[in-house]
Amino acid sequence: MTTLSNDLEAGRYFVPVPSRWPIRSAVALLFLVAGAALWLNRGGSGPYVLGIGLAALVLILFGWFSDVSGEGAQYNSQVDRSIRWGMAWLIVSEVMVFAGLFGALFYLREISVPDLAAGGRSADLWPGFAGGWPVTGPGLPGDLKAMQAKGAPTINTIMLLCSGAAITWAHHAAERGRRAQLVLALFVTLALGTAFLYNQSQEYRHAITALHLTLSQGAYGGTFYVLTGLHGVHVAVGATMVAVMLIRALMGRITPHGHLGFDMVTWYWHFVGIVWLLLFVIVYVI
Amino acid sequence: MATVLAPNQPLPAHEQKKGLARWISSTNHKEIGTLYLVTGLAMFFVGGAMALLIRLELFQPGLQFMQPEFFNQLAALHALVMIFGAVTPALIGFSNWMLPLMLGAPDMAFPRLNNMSFWLIPPAALLLMASFFVPGGAVAAGWTLYPPLSIQMGPGLDMAIFAVHLLGISSIAGAINIIVTILNMRAPGMTLMKMPMFAWVWLVTAYLLIMIMPVLAVAVTLLLFDRHFGTHFFNAAGGGDPVLFQHIFWFFGHPEVYVLILPVFGMISTIIPTFARKPLFGYRGMVSATLVIAFLSMAVWAHHMFTVGMPAGAQVFFMYSTMLIAVPTGMKVFTWLATMWRGSLTFETPMLFAVGFIFVFVAGGVTGVILAVAAVDVQLQDTYFVVAHFHYTMVAGTLFGIFAATYYWLPKMTGHMYDEKLGQWHFWLTMIFFNMTFFIQHFLGMAGMPRRIPDYPLQFAEFNMISSIGAFGFGFSQLLFVYIVVKCIRGGPKATGQVWDGAQGLEWTVPSPAPLHTFETPPRVA
Repeated sequence: MTTLSNDLEAGRYFVPVPSRWPIRSAVALLFLVAGAALWLNRGGSGPYVLGIGLAALVLILFGWFSDVSGEGAQYNSQVDRSIRWGMAWLIVSEVMVFAGLFGALFYLREISVPDLAAGGRSADLWPGFAGGWPVTGPGLPGDLKAMQAKGAPTINTIMLLCSGAAITWAHHAAERGRRAQLVLALFVTLALGTAFLYNQSQEYRHAITALHLTLSQGAYGGTFYVLTGLHGVHVAVGATMVAVMLIRALMGRITPHGHLGFDMVTWYWHFVGIVWLLLFVIVYVI
Repeated sequence: MATVLAPNQPLPAHEQKKGLARWISSTNHKEIGTLYLVTGLAMFFVGGAMALLIRLELFQPGLQFMQPEFFNQLAALHALVMIFGAVTPALIGFSNWMLPLMLGAPDMAFPRLNNMSFWLIPPAALLLMASFFVPGGAVAAGWTLYPPLSIQMGPGLDMAIFAVHLLGISSIAGAINIIVTILNMRAPGMTLMKMPMFAWVWLVTAYLLIMIMPVLAVAVTLLLFDRHFGTHFFNAAGGGDPVLFQHIFWFFGHPEVYVLILPVFGMISTIIPTFARKPLFGYRGMVSATLVIAFLSMAVWAHHMFTVGMPAGAQVFFMYSTMLIAVPTGMKVFTWLATMWRGSLTFETPMLFAVGFIFVFVAGGVTGVILAVAAVDVQLQDTYFVVAHFHYTMVAGTLFGIFAATYYWLPKMTGHMYDEKLGQWHFWLTMIFFNMTFFIQHFLGMAGMPRRIPDYPLQFAEFNMISSIGAFGFGFSQLLFVYIVVKCIRGGPKATGQVWDGAQGLEWTVPSPAPLHTFETPPRVA
C-alpha cells in the first residue's frame, strides 16, 4: 500500500489523463458480440469477426493493464481504498451471477420437475413421468446417472482448497518480503489451479463419452454444465491472474509495500474457491 | 496514454484534447456526464419516434400503417430503447456531473472505467437498431423477452441479448464507480448522514444495480443457451419451465424500476427545498425510506406474474410485500409536502416539474397499489391499465424528474440561464399532453383493451384517438425542450455561481459554468 500521507493531506486524488483504452475495448466487445451473433445464426464471417474482437480485446487488456501497473507510485491511500472497494463490489456482482444460476437449479429441481411429475394436468401431457433427480425431463428419452462426488470432484475440491492455502502463504511471504517463498507459493497455486482445470476437462470427457451426459440433456445436463462450466471459466481467469502475479514476483515487482494488484488476485482466487465449495456440495453431493 | 501524473504535480487543468479525441478519450466526469446526457436525449427521440408510430397505428381500429409483426418489434424496442438507452443514461449522466461536485471530489473514483461505461452504450444501441434489418426483424417478444416466444425468434433476438450483455457490463461498471465514489471520495467532514439526498439515493441505486444486472445477464444467457446450445431451462420437455425465466427476469425487472425512480426521488428532494427555501423535512426519514424501498424491492418481483399459476400462498406474500412499498414511498411524498409547508415558494420551471412530478407520480403509485391486489390484477394483467400505470411512474415519474433536474442544473453546467418563459410552456404542454395520452388508457384497460396488440374493437376507437392525439402533442412538445437546452448552451443571461437563491450544497460554491476540474483539493465540510 503506497501511503503518501503528504499527498493525501494535499488532497490530491489520482485522476488519470485521457485514455483511449476504454473506447478501444468497447469497439472490441462490439466485434466480439456481433461475431458471436453472426456465428450463432450461421453467418460465415462470424468466427472471424468474433476472433478479431477477441484478439483485440486480449491485446487491449494487456495494454491497459500494463499502463495501470506502472501507476502504483501515484496512488495515495485513498486510491488504494477505492480500488479495494471496487474489487469487492465486482465480486458481489459475480456472486449474484452464481446466485442466479443456483436459483435456477433450485427452481428446476425443487419446483419445475416435481410439478411435472405431480400428476394432474401434467399427467395428461407426460404420463408416467416420475420426476426425481438427476433427470432429463419428461419429453426427452434416456435415463441419467448422477455425476459422482467421488473421484475427480473430490480431488478437485482438495486441490482448490490447497491452492487457497497456497495463495494465503504467498500473501504472507509478500508482506514479509520473502521473494523465494512468494514465487514458490504462487507457483504451487498456479499448478493446483491448472491441475484443477485439467481434471475438470477429463471429468467432462468422462461424462460425455462414458455417461453420455451432454448440455442438451434436460434439466440435469443443462444446469450441470452451465454451473461447472462458468466456474471453470472463472478458474481459468483466476489462474491467468495468478500467472501474471508469478511473472511480476519473478521480476521483483511485488514488494511488501506495493502489492495492491496481488491483494486483488488473492480476493478473486478465494471467491473462486468458495463458489466451488458451494458447487461441490449442491451439484455433486446433495 | 501511459503518461501518468507524478504525485503533487497539479492536474493538467487546461491541457485538453480538442474535437473528437476529447470526447472519446475523456476521463473527466463532466465531459462523460455530458456524453451520457446527450446520448440519453438522442435515444429519447429514437424511442419516442417508435412510440409515435405505435400511437399512429392505434389512432384508428384496423391495420392502417404496418403489419402486426412490425408493431410488435416497435413495442419491444420502444421499451428497450427508452429504459436502457434514454432514461438510464440520462440519470447516470446527472450522477456523473453532480456527484463529484456535491461530494467535493475531484472526479469519479475510476475515471477510465467511467469512460468505458459510457462507450459501451453506443455499440449496444447500434446492435438494437441494426436488428430491425436482419431476417425476422428486431425483438418482437416485448422487452421482457419471455420464452417460448423469444426462443423461436430470429437473429434479432440474439442481437438484443448481446446488447443487454453490453449494457449490463456498462451498468455494473458504472454502478461500482458511483458506489465507490460515494463511499470513498467524500470531502473530509462529510459523513454519510451529512450527504446530500441525491448522493444517498445513488448509493442505494448503485447497490441495486450491482445486485440485479448480473441476474439479468443470467436470464438472457440461459435464453441464449436454450436457443442455440440445446439446453432446456425454459422447456417443459426437458424438465424446465418458461415461468423460471419470468422469475429470473423479474428478480431483475422489479428492482430495475426502483433504479429508474430512486435517483429521481433524490432530484426532487434536492429541488423542492431550494424553491421552498427550507431544508428538506425529515432527512433521516427520507434516508431510511430509501433503504426500506431498496430492501422491499427485491422481494416483490412475482407481482408481475400473478396470472402464471402461482400457489395462493405465494400470491398473498407478493401482494402484501408489494403493498408495503407504498409505505416508504408515501413517507417520501409527505416529506416533500412537509418541506413545502409554509415555505417561501416560487415556481420556476424546475419547481413546476417537481410539483407536477408529485401530482402525477402519486397517481402512478396509487394504480400500483391497485395492481398489487392479486385478485384485481387477474382482471387487469396485460391491459392498458398496466400501460397507463407504468407510464405514470416512468414518464411522469422518471422523465419529469429528469426535466426538473435539467432545468435546475443546466445553469450550473452551461453558465447561462435557460429561457424561463419557454420552460414554463414546456412544462404545461408536457403536463397536459401527458395526461391526455395516458389518463384515458386507465379506462381502456379497465374496459378490457389488451396491450401490445395493433388492432382493437370499435368501442375503444374514441379513447384511442384522444390518446394518440395526446401522444403526438407530447412528442412534439419535446422539440421545445431541445430548443430550450440548445438556446441555453449557446447563450442567455449569465448565471451566478449560486444560481438559485435557496440552493444548498457544494455544487453551488463553484462558479457557473463549473470549470472542467473542480475540487482538486477537497473542501472541508463542517
